[in-house]
Amino acid sequence: MEKAQNRGVPTEGSPAQSRHDGMILNRISQGLFVLLGLVVLYVLGRAGWKSPSIFIQQVLNGLQLGFIYALIALGYTMIYGIVRLINFAHGDVFMIGAFTSFYTIATLNLHRWPLWFWPNASGLGVTLLGTASVIILTMITTGALAVVVERFAYRPLRSKPRIAALITAVGVSFFLEYFGALPFAYTNNYITYPRPFEIEVYNAGKISPMLIGGMWVLFAVAALLFGVLYWRGRKGDLKARVWMRHPVLQWVLMLGGFMSAVLTLAGLHVETGGKVWDLSTSNVTLIIMGASITLQVLLQYVVNRTKLGKAMRAAAYDKPAARLMGINVDGVIALTFALGGGLAGAAGVLYATAYKQVHHLMGIIPGLKAFVAAVVGGIGSIPGAVVGSLIMGQTEVLAAGFISTPMRDAIVFSMLIIVLLVRPQGIFGEPATEKV
Amino acid sequence: MQNEPKVFFKKESARFIGIGLVIFLIVQFLINTNLLNSFWSGIIFWGAAITILALGLNLIYGFNGQFSLGQYGFYAIGAYTAADITYRWTHGDPSGVAVVLSGALLTLVCYVGIAAFLRRFYRVTVMTQFTFYLLGTVFSFAIAVLVLAQPLGRLAQTILSALPGGLSQQIVFFIALLGGAALAGIVSYLFGIPVLELGSDYFGISTLGFTIIVKVLLDNTDTILPFPEMKGARGMIGIPQWTTWPWVFFSLLLVVMVMRNILHSSIGRAIVSVREDERAAELVGINVANAKLLAFVVGSIFAGLAGGIRAHDLAFLHPQSFNFIQSFNPLIIVVFGGLGSMTGTLFTGFVWIILLEGILRDLPTGYETWRFVIYPLVLLVMMLLRPEGLMGRYELPYLRRVLPARRKTEETEPEEVPA
Repeated sequence: MEKAQNRGVPTEGSPAQSRHDGMILNRISQGLFVLLGLVVLYVLGRAGWKSPSIFIQQVLNGLQLGFIYALIALGYTMIYGIVRLINFAHGDVFMIGAFTSFYTIATLNLHRWPLWFWPNASGLGVTLLGTASVIILTMITTGALAVVVERFAYRPLRSKPRIAALITAVGVSFFLEYFGALPFAYTNNYITYPRPFEIEVYNAGKISPMLIGGMWVLFAVAALLFGVLYWRGRKGDLKARVWMRHPVLQWVLMLGGFMSAVLTLAGLHVETGGKVWDLSTSNVTLIIMGASITLQVLLQYVVNRTKLGKAMRAAAYDKPAARLMGINVDGVIALTFALGGGLAGAAGVLYATAYKQVHHLMGIIPGLKAFVAAVVGGIGSIPGAVVGSLIMGQTEVLAAGFISTPMRDAIVFSMLIIVLLVRPQGIFGEPATEKV
Repeated sequence: MQNEPKVFFKKESARFIGIGLVIFLIVQFLINTNLLNSFWSGIIFWGAAITILALGLNLIYGFNGQFSLGQYGFYAIGAYTAADITYRWTHGDPSGVAVVLSGALLTLVCYVGIAAFLRRFYRVTVMTQFTFYLLGTVFSFAIAVLVLAQPLGRLAQTILSALPGGLSQQIVFFIALLGGAALAGIVSYLFGIPVLELGSDYFGISTLGFTIIVKVLLDNTDTILPFPEMKGARGMIGIPQWTTWPWVFFSLLLVVMVMRNILHSSIGRAIVSVREDERAAELVGINVANAKLLAFVVGSIFAGLAGGIRAHDLAFLHPQSFNFIQSFNPLIIVVFGGLGSMTGTLFTGFVWIILLEGILRDLPTGYETWRFVIYPLVLLVMMLLRPEGLMGRYELPYLRRVLPARRKTEETEPEEVPA
């Protein structure tokens, strides 16, 4: 909020007596905004107080949505970070991912491939293997698609004004959408999506306490380790600081934290004062959370720990200099697009599995919201994309649940504008320094 | 330059307006003799509306450099406001005319007062300005709705019913167009104060959000907003079809002339200098925030006007036709025609509508759905071959900006040193 400009400060020559300090007015307007925020908090808080179980259920639903957005937002943020392009076609890559998995499931029956070789394999193993292979195949397809788009649509325009690439992105987006609507492609109907696995609702009693306990132990061990390393790092142990950011540790920490929280909430059975605590979660939510956390830790590993990631960061920082250092910038950009496209494809599978419907325009709104999430979190920052997506998912679900359902999208985008006004670079973004 | 006699009407201006009038008469003749059937005349009206819209965006993006995706939001505001005024009028309710007109005037007065008040303070942030202007707007429209609607409505009813029917209809239509444009201008002013500060991509993203917010509000006009006649997501029907060729043509001409004159004035040079280099513009004493706001508000007013024209031509409005995907249309037109080229926008606006809505609709049977497959391909090829737009920065002689010739002084001339 503190963006007072010095533009209006009276200089020595001007009659300073006739002008007053505007900070009073600033405080008044800030007070009004705080009041508005308090009203929103009051509405949410009252809803939470009246029926905490419904409120927490909404938060869990928001978590599922947020993790899907996170996968799309990661692609947006990486691509923006490296080529400064708002890739409007990214949402349609997500749509193509959903359709690819639709065909692999509906016509190839790939989600049950282990049964081709071991006809009497057990259910869980088949599901896990089959789903994983569907997701991987989809990721490869969408990654390849993103690379093709980059090669033929964006690369020739790299040296041209940025707006040309943006318009091209819109063109690619339209092309993917309406080519998909052609009768021989996906048609323009809503198609029911055959889930690769059956949805199972877990609520109190259906979750074994062993699982919950195990998750808590996992989380506790990881948190303890993290704490010790953090403490050692503070004391000046450089090795501890490196180990603290180890991807496996981060993975266990995040997965254990989220899983244990969700499972505990769903597994609890409390009855107090006539209020029944009845929460549930489903295997789709858990898989979305698991896959999303895994993929994003993997991505962070790639970006921060590998040579490819180093090249990506260098190219994002300064392309000509990176080229001078012998980095194949075009190749790095293509790989970035491949990674982003793959994540969007995985998000497409998970989204279609959760909401059981595919359509040739389904990519527009999730794509846009994921982009908004990337902006809220600070575009160009990977943890920012995840945090922004989780915030976006919560905003959307809570707004729909407790403020106004039809106004959901308006509230989400108002939130975007408010975040931009308060902190233009986003939550995790670094303020843009202009080169003079 | 100084010796040139001052003429009121330059040769280029006379030629431009003359050719325009000839085109006007030809098209009017074609419409009257029914050589141009209602489908094609509708396409031309649509083309003109889209051109006005795109000219507004060109002022914002092409000349002022503020990447905006909000143009369709203001178009929607103008369309719905104008349609609501005429709808209410034709259904015997003059309050629409009274409220919008008095509300807009009151808001203007309020804004002048607020500006004078805020000028007495220093260190006022943009959010504070926004809050005060917002409160002023809400206050003005509250007064307009609660106090002025009934008496002014009755007054308008008596005055207009005394006039012959055709004339009163034209006046109401004029007020409707004005009201739509004014409301779009007010909203753009409010939105622009805080958001224009962001600059670059963030401004574009916020305006995208704005378009979506407007669309969501239009979806809920009958449930959340108190406008049952707009029928929310079912689409507004019953708008009188009052748009005629003279209205379309003279609106377009007016917009072109206003924009040309703005750009040829010192304000226009300030606007263009903000595009070239914000910091340098500020250093030479240009109020960058004001220049941006001016371009944004004027561009949005054009969008509101275009919306009113389009609403009374189509006689049907649906929120789906204002979703954010559509908001790329004016942007595509502006980029196609060339950023900062009014001629390019004028040309591409019409060509784009005639091509996309006129010719590509006549694809052979079985291939109708290919329309939106061919169009992005054309877009891609166009962007690859000529990313600076069809016209580049070419302008018709009337629209060309004549910059004063750079004065060569003796001192700056590099002296040749004899070998």
